[in-house]
Amino acid sequence: MTNRLLEIRNLEIDGESDEVWHEIIKGLDLDLDRGEVLGLIGESGAGKSTLGLAAMNFVRPGCRIREGTIRFDGQELTAQSETTLRKLRGVRIAYVAQSAAASFNPAHQLIDQFSEIPVVHNVKNRRDAEADAKDLYRRVLLPDPEGIGYRYPHQVSGGQLQRAMTAMALSCRPDLIIFDEPTTALDVTTQIEVLTTIRDIVREFNTAAIYISHDLAVVAQMADRIMVLRYGELVEEAATRDMMSNPKMDYTKSLWAVRSFKKETETVGTEINPVVKIDNVTAGYGQEDILKNITFEIHRGQTVAIVGESGSGKSTAARVITGLLPPRLGNIQFNGKVLPKSFKARNKDQLRHVQMIYQMADTALNPRQRIRNIIGRPLSFYLNLRGQKKEERIRELLSLIELEPDLYIDRYPDELSGGQKQRVSIARALAAEPEFIICDEVTSALDQLVAEGILRLLDRLQREFNLAYMFITHDLATVKAIADNVVVMLQGEIVEQGRKTDVFSPPHHEYTELLLSSVPEMDPDWLNELIAHREKHGVMTSTSTS
Amino acid sequence: MTAEEATPLDPQISRPRRTRLQGVFREVLKAPITAKFGILVILSYGFVAIFAPVLTPYGEREIVGPEFDVWGEQFILGTDGLGRDMLTRLLFGARNTVGIAFITTILAFVIGGLTGLFAAIYSGWFDQLASRVVDVLMAIPQLIFALMLLTIFGTSIPTLIIVIATLDATRIFRVTRAVSLNVVVLDYFEAARLRGERMFWLCIREILPNIMAPLMAEFGLRFCFVFLMIAALSFLGLGVQPPTADWGSMVRENAVLITYGDITPILPAIAIAVLTLGVNFLVDWFLHKSSGLKDGH
Repeated sequence: MTNRLLEIRNLEIDGESDEVWHEIIKGLDLDLDRGEVLGLIGESGAGKSTLGLAAMNFVRPGCRIREGTIRFDGQELTAQSETTLRKLRGVRIAYVAQSAAASFNPAHQLIDQFSEIPVVHNVKNRRDAEADAKDLYRRVLLPDPEGIGYRYPHQVSGGQLQRAMTAMALSCRPDLIIFDEPTTALDVTTQIEVLTTIRDIVREFNTAAIYISHDLAVVAQMADRIMVLRYGELVEEAATRDMMSNPKMDYTKSLWAVRSFKKETETVGTEINPVVKIDNVTAGYGQEDILKNITFEIHRGQTVAIVGESGSGKSTAARVITGLLPPRLGNIQFNGKVLPKSFKARNKDQLRHVQMIYQMADTALNPRQRIRNIIGRPLSFYLNLRGQKKEERIRELLSLIELEPDLYIDRYPDELSGGQKQRVSIARALAAEPEFIICDEVTSALDQLVAEGILRLLDRLQREFNLAYMFITHDLATVKAIADNVVVMLQGEIVEQGRKTDVFSPPHHEYTELLLSSVPEMDPDWLNELIAHREKHGVMTSTSTS
Repeated sequence: MTAEEATPLDPQISRPRRTRLQGVFREVLKAPITAKFGILVILSYGFVAIFAPVLTPYGEREIVGPEFDVWGEQFILGTDGLGRDMLTRLLFGARNTVGIAFITTILAFVIGGLTGLFAAIYSGWFDQLASRVVDVLMAIPQLIFALMLLTIFGTSIPTLIIVIATLDATRIFRVTRAVSLNVVVLDYFEAARLRGERMFWLCIREILPNIMAPLMAEFGLRFCFVFLMIAALSFLGLGVQPPTADWGSMVRENAVLITYGDITPILPAIAIAVLTLGVNFLVDWFLHKSSGLKDGH
C-alpha cells in the first residue's frame, strides 16, 4: 500500500460569468501523503478554495472541471457517480469552512449537527456518535465538553464554534480534512487557540490536511509543505522551512516582504488643543455601557491606532465621535470646542471636518452612482463647487488616489476592484477637505499587497495635507506600520495608551503582551515556542470568560 | 495606479458613452421577443387610448343599431344590449379602464412609496404609526373593503381612484419599507447621513436608485391588480358607471350572450388579459436587465 492519499494531475477548472467561460485553475498538480499537512497560499482569486474543494471532486455552482484527474486513495474521483462521492464526502474527506457561524445550522444544537453525518452514513449509531462528540469536544479543549454540545451555535463564541467545527469534521475519522481559512474571521488571541487545536488534533489522528489561507505566517505554523498559487497557477512549491528561508520566485518574495512598510517619521502632537479629544466618554446601547470612561486625543498630522478584539468597543468609539451614537457622559472636542453630541445638531463645517472610511468598500459606495458623483457630491455640498471647477477638482482627487481620471471618472463602483473601491472611499473623504479621518478597519477586507498600497497612500496623504487619522484595527502589523500613538482597548476600557514605541516595548500591560505575542510570525517554530512559553509561565491566554 | 491591482474590466468601458436615447433604442433592439411584445402591446394600447375618438366610427354612448347585432360590415364586432357599437366601446374602454388604472397605480405609489421611505429612514414613532395603520387596513379583505368604501362615498371616478389607490398603497408601503430598510443599514447611506444630507437627497439619490428594480416589478404587478380590481368592481356594478365604456362592465353587460356561444363578451376580457401579459413581460425584462447590471462581471 502506498502512502499517497491524494493525487491531482493537470487539473483545469472553468468558471462562468456573463455566459463566458474562463479558466480558474490552469493545469495544477497536487500530491498529498497520509498524515501530511499541505498549505495553499495566495491572494483572493488565486484559486485556493476552488482547488481545495476539487480535492473532493466538488465544484461551486457555475464552475466545471474541464480536464484532469483526481485520485483519492487509489480511486479516480472524476469518474465516480454523485452517490459514491456523497459516501466519500464527510466520511473520508471533511471540509471546514471559513465562517463556522455561517456553516452551522442556527436551528439545531451542535451535537445534533455533529451526529448527523456519522448516523446518516451508518458509521456510528446516535448514542456512540454523541459519546464521541463529547470526547472530541474535550480533545479540542472546549469548555464544558459534556454540556456544550447541547447549545445552539449562537450560544458559543466564534473561536469555540470553529473548534466545534473541527471536532465535527473529525466525527467519521476522515483521511483528509480541508481547512478553508478557518481562522481568518477570528481575533488574534482566539486564532492562536484554534490553530493550536487544529494542529494537535491533526497530528493526533494522523489526518492529512489541506490548509488554505492568505496569511503566510499562519500557514507556516501549520503546514509541512507549502504551495503558492497565483491566477490559478502554481508559483512555487517547497517544504515549509525551505520556502520560508529561501523563497525563489519574485512573487513569493513579494508576499514575504509585505509587512515591510513602515511610516518614516513619528509625529508627536504638541499643540495645546488636539484636533479631536474624546473626554471621559461613556456610551452604549440600551442599558449596557459599551464604552466606559474613555479619554484620548488625536493631534494634527498624527495617527492614533485603536487596537482591540471584536467587542472591545473600537467601532463604538467611532460612532460616538461621528455623532451616530450620542454619549451618555462626557463629550467630544474638536479643536478645543465641544461638538454637539448628535450629528443631527452639528453644522456643515463640523460635519465636514470629521470624515470616515469604512471597512467594506463594497457597501460604502452607492452602487448606482458613478465615481464622478460619489466624489463630486461632497464638493458641491460642502464647498459649493460647480461645473468646470468641480470637474477639475474631481480629476485632481482621482489623480491623488492614483486612479487615471479619464478611465475611472464615469465608472460605477461595480466596475472597480476591491482596492480601487477603497481608494475611491478615501477620495470621497478627502473631497470634504477634512482635518480628521476615521479609518475603520480599512485594510482588513483586502489582500495583503493591496492593503499595503492603501496604507502607503494614506500615509502620503497624511503628510501632504497634515491629516489626523484615527485608525481602528485588530491587525497589529498594520498598527506597527502606520501608527504614532496606540490605544489598546479591552471590553470597553482603555488598558494602555501612549506612543507606539512605548506601548510596544516592554514592560507592557498583561493584555497588550497577550495581543502582541499572539500575532503570528513567519518563523515556523513560533507557535511551538509560544505555547511552551505560555505553559511555562502560566500567562493569561484568553480574554473570553464564557 | 499600482501595478498589483488588476482592473476587472477591459478598457472598452472608457469609450465615450452613447446618449441616453440611443442607448434605450439599442437595448430595445436587443430585447427578447417577449419584451418586444410587451412594448408593442403597451404602445398600441396607449395609442388607442389617446386617439380613441379619431379611430372609432361612432360615439362612445351613441345608440346606432339594433340590440345584439351580429358581426358585420356596418358593425365590425356587432352591437351591445342597447345597440351601441362594440368596437367603439372597446376602444373607448381602453381610454377609461387603462387611464384610470394608470392614475390609480401612480397615486398608490406616491402615497405608499413616500410613507414607506419615510418610515424606513425615520424609524421610531413614525414607522410604528404608519405600519400599524397599514396593518389595520390590510386586515380587511381588499375587495370587500373597497365595496364598502365605494358604497359610503359614492361611485364617481375620482372616489374610485382615491379608494383603490389608498388600499393599494398599503401593499406598496410594505414593499418600499422592506427594501429601503436594506439600504438604510448600508455604509453609503450612513456616509450620506453623516455628510448632513437632507431627506430629499437621501430618498432620491441614495435609496431610490437602489430599490428601483423591486419597485418596478411591484409597479407592473400592482398595475395589473388595480386594473383587474377596477374591472371586478365594474363587473359588480360599483366601478365605472354606465354609460361610460369600461371593459369590466362591458363583460357584465354582455354576459348574457355567452349562453348563445357568442365570443363578443369575451373580447373586453381578452383585452384585459393581453395588456396584463404585456406589462408583465416588460417588467420581467426590466428586472432581468437591472439585476444583470448589478451583479455583472
